[in-house]
Amino acid sequence: MDTYALLLAATLNAGTVLALAALGLLINEKAGVVNLGAEGMMLCAAIAGFAAVVHTGSDLAGFAAGMAAGAALAAVFGVLVIWLGTNQYATGLALSLFGVGFSAFVGIAYTQEKLPERLSFSWPILGDMAWLGPALFRQHPVVYLTIAMALALVWLLYRTRTGLVLRAVGESPHSAHALGYPVRGIRLLAVMAGGALCGLAGAYLSVIYTPLWVEGMVAGRGWIALALTTFATWRPARVLLGAYLFGGLTMLQFHLQSAGVQIASEWLTALPYVATIVVLVLISRNPTWIRVNMPASLGKPFHPG
Amino acid sequence: MLRLEPRPGASRLWTYASPLLAIALTVGLGVLIFLALDKDPVRALQMFFWEPLKSKYAIGELMVKATPLLLIALGLSLCFRSNVWNIGAEGQFVIGAVCAGGVALLAAKDTGGWIVPALLLAGVLGGMAWAGLTALLRDRFNANEILVSLMLVYVAIMVLTYMVHGPWKDPAGFNFPQSKTFESVTKIPRLMSGSRANIGVMLALAGAVVLWIYLFRTRAGFAQQVGGLAPAAARYAGFSSRRALWVALLVSGGTAGLAGALEVAGPIGQLTPYVPAGYGFAAIIVAFVGRLHPGGMVLSAILMSMFYIGGELAQSRMGLPRSITGVFQGLLLFCLLACDTLVAYRLRWMPKGGR
Amino acid sequence: MSASAATDPAAPRLALRGITKRYPAVLANDRIDLQVLPGQAHAVLGENGAGKSTLMKIVYGAVKPDEGQIRFNGQPVQIRNPQQARALGISMVFQHFSLFDTLTVAENVWLGLDKSLSLPEVAQRIRSKASEYGLEIEPERPVHTLSVGEMQRVEIIRALLGEPQLLILDEPTSVLTPQAVDKLFEVLRLLVSQGCSLLYISHKLHEIRALCTACTVLRGGRVTGVCDPREESNASLSRMMIGAEPPPLQVHQRQPTAPVLSVRGLSLPKAEPFGVDLDRVSLQVRGGEVVGIAGVSGNGQRELMWALSGEDARAPEAGGQLLLHGQDIAGMGPGGRRRLGLHFVPEERLGRGAVPSMSLAHNLLLTRSESLGMAGWIRTGALAEQARGLIERFRVKAGGPQALAQSLSGGNLQKFIVGREIEARPKMLIVSQPTWGVDVGAAAQIRGEILALADAGCAVLVVSEELDELFEICDRLHVIAKGRLSPGIARDQASVELIGEWMSGLWPEAAAEGHHAQA
Repeated sequence: MDTYALLLAATLNAGTVLALAALGLLINEKAGVVNLGAEGMMLCAAIAGFAAVVHTGSDLAGFAAGMAAGAALAAVFGVLVIWLGTNQYATGLALSLFGVGFSAFVGIAYTQEKLPERLSFSWPILGDMAWLGPALFRQHPVVYLTIAMALALVWLLYRTRTGLVLRAVGESPHSAHALGYPVRGIRLLAVMAGGALCGLAGAYLSVIYTPLWVEGMVAGRGWIALALTTFATWRPARVLLGAYLFGGLTMLQFHLQSAGVQIASEWLTALPYVATIVVLVLISRNPTWIRVNMPASLGKPFHPG
Repeated sequence: MLRLEPRPGASRLWTYASPLLAIALTVGLGVLIFLALDKDPVRALQMFFWEPLKSKYAIGELMVKATPLLLIALGLSLCFRSNVWNIGAEGQFVIGAVCAGGVALLAAKDTGGWIVPALLLAGVLGGMAWAGLTALLRDRFNANEILVSLMLVYVAIMVLTYMVHGPWKDPAGFNFPQSKTFESVTKIPRLMSGSRANIGVMLALAGAVVLWIYLFRTRAGFAQQVGGLAPAAARYAGFSSRRALWVALLVSGGTAGLAGALEVAGPIGQLTPYVPAGYGFAAIIVAFVGRLHPGGMVLSAILMSMFYIGGELAQSRMGLPRSITGVFQGLLLFCLLACDTLVAYRLRWMPKGGR
Repeated sequence: MSASAATDPAAPRLALRGITKRYPAVLANDRIDLQVLPGQAHAVLGENGAGKSTLMKIVYGAVKPDEGQIRFNGQPVQIRNPQQARALGISMVFQHFSLFDTLTVAENVWLGLDKSLSLPEVAQRIRSKASEYGLEIEPERPVHTLSVGEMQRVEIIRALLGEPQLLILDEPTSVLTPQAVDKLFEVLRLLVSQGCSLLYISHKLHEIRALCTACTVLRGGRVTGVCDPREESNASLSRMMIGAEPPPLQVHQRQPTAPVLSVRGLSLPKAEPFGVDLDRVSLQVRGGEVVGIAGVSGNGQRELMWALSGEDARAPEAGGQLLLHGQDIAGMGPGGRRRLGLHFVPEERLGRGAVPSMSLAHNLLLTRSESLGMAGWIRTGALAEQARGLIERFRVKAGGPQALAQSLSGGNLQKFIVGREIEARPKMLIVSQPTWGVDVGAAAQIRGEILALADAGCAVLVVSEELDELFEICDRLHVIAKGRLSPGIARDQASVELIGEWMSGLWPEAAAEGHHAQA
């Protein structure tokens, strides 16, 4: 029984990285901008966060550095795409490629570094419960912050005027512009907010989840997060569930390997990626569903006047 | 303040000048990086722009690197012109290498020369099949080809890893994850002695010519591009966007697979986990910097190989980290995208108050 | 009404002086003066491209003028953005709606208001304002479920809730049936009687004469006349608008020959989530006749065009038939239909009728294959010659065959596309919205070419939202409403009122049944 409690705990942990990144991407996609640079942003944030902790010893500094790195890269992307009107897909790809190279470049000095001992956390009373305690209530605060953030996003998007304006911009930037809303500024804010969350995800990965730096350690999670937003039809609560599903799948793979199941490790490693494809196929089959849920201007350039 | 004003028509000057400006900007940023790393910028620039052109051997090395880049980029340019975003060329490259490697491993010391075209064909077919998966899922299920082709890259690498760790591991290889070295009869014929450049160069150049003819002188090529530029117009004209999708992905999968076959039966000579060298991603940059034009891509492929070789030289001779190549490649694409704005827009200095 | 400091009751509501706006390729507004009095319905008349939209964007704050002054109620003002315009009391009803499809009516209206009201309060105000003006609308419905006319009502209510002193309406009647136009004018007259001023942009002369008491005419960015439209004739207004009277159309008597296009009982489910099902559409077009289909947009014209052109090549539901010269073309794509002589001019020029970033010569290849050699080889020299000939014959103002499609004005591009299809010597030509967004001169030329084609024996089907146009060139008319097609009626027997009724689907079913039985 204990193994399943640990499996659940590991799922929450693994899912958090994906959830944070996917929630960030959801914000900018709601505004109509698709940022394929998620992988690059997360890698740069991972090294930024790791380096910050190495130099200051403070985890908070690491998270802050990661978020700043993500937001800064997203800002560059945003200016290119929103003001200079460059192709969203090509620019996002450029960001990813750049991020992979740049993070490897900067990270050379840190490959052998170790972080100070990671703290363990536990909720008072709840964390001591049998089985449920270790399963759910002994995670890092960021895990719970992620859940709170998903709920906050639901409230923001569907219950506030700010969220309505954001959705309107994503639905029809020309109509929003005609009504006088600063479409480009709103899109840039959304892109930077998305970048900051992707940055937090990257920093969490290198500072808490696997506290080390290895070139390319994000291992495709940025791309999976992109798939997750589509899979979740751009709804924050579904994004959270999807992220945990994927996290669980990754944990299952480790569990099977260590349980000595007779499948070559390579197929198990490939499982999350194959699962992403399956999930994409399932969700894309109904074009009507996508059309009604997808922000209508997603990926399309906007030129005022 | 500076304002961007749309031009009445695309500027011909900037269509050609923009990549040059982007290169200049990248070099400029590169000098700054070298200075920040406390390295002599002039010597570093020499590594990148002079050394790779110095001797016949150096040019041969340049061609060895440029061939897979150009081959993959040719296929990718067809994709991007058709608005099909094949990001998984790296995976198609790997599967092409695996299939070619499989055929190469069948050879014995006395196998005839037919094995070379056979393994090249296997590479092409392998790459096509892998890309065909993406095409199928997009065609039948409307699944986004960006994400599917990319996920398949990771799966392809797992396939390679499995094969070299398992069924194809060299029994005499000290348990290293690699296949047997291929028999010499499988080696791709060299172009000239004293250089590692092989007939792949000819194939790539021929491919560029064929692509040019297809894109600019045939109705089929025209129909393919209309699908990418204006899907409603393609539908109006009766051009099949399904066919455009399949043609784009199968052709680019084929060229990527061919590149993989050439690499594995050429310079590498065996299957190892290091086959995926990132050419599939670098080729995306080659395609864009070359303006998706066959002639332009020949030049940009040579430029990118200079970045690769320069990076290797800078690492061995100046102690610069290897990953600097990746940084430059990314910077180049960013700068190109930014400079491309000047093709459609003009920079104007406007007095405050004008909108 | 918003209280503004020291408003001079005698001052005009809006006074524009010397408004000038330059764009890179064109001088859109050239020293324009305009005066709107309080409680006045003021028309702004001009053909497409005269500068009306730019001027309205300046008044609404979406665009800044390069020179000139604006005074509102006698006070000089600087309108920097639409929020400021709304705060002053200027509201706008857009020609191309500024609505968000997946949001509800109430949310859409809320986004257009700047006061800090809550959403339920806005919904309540919508209901009360709607009943005050007799406009039916449900605040909770998502906008994409509304008809085009209902969508305009949302735009109007959004504008009214801003308590405007000046209401700008940009071509509001292009999407309305004649009866709905009358209803709209009732609402507008009520507004005017309450002291609100109107700026009414249109190119429809009889509407302006029916509603407005003052008119400023624009041509080429300049004011060419200020008058009271009630005292002018169509001819004098036209002269101010285009500099001369419109050239008369040469309408000849024609003897129709055998049926070319025969559609019977065509039913197709909608192809897109927000589309319209086609329901047992039947019509026939004979050689040498011009048949028109009238109807307000959103009633199935798009779907019918897709089905006829071959862009939607799905087989019709059981019992449906689509014949060209007696041959079954259901399931055939556009290429096959073109080879049989059916050519089509779509309503969207850029993006569908032509590829914007390609040259005119290349755009020929979309539907014509004369310059192709063996195995589809493109003979670039022949192609350029072909394009040059087209440009000359149809007087297309362009920089040559290599000019990009997007560099042409709307009228010239339309001339090119229509010319491209006419030059193919079709046996059947279908044209959708032939003169939408096209200047008067080009429109007259295009209508003339269509008539000439019919004179030569071609069968022509025209779909248009402009009733005047259909009455000018068609021999017979149908009306499409909610995916159903009315029986045909000869032009001499039709009237605007009758067509307007039929636009609501109220045609005599018995006659329709009889028509089906005969066909």
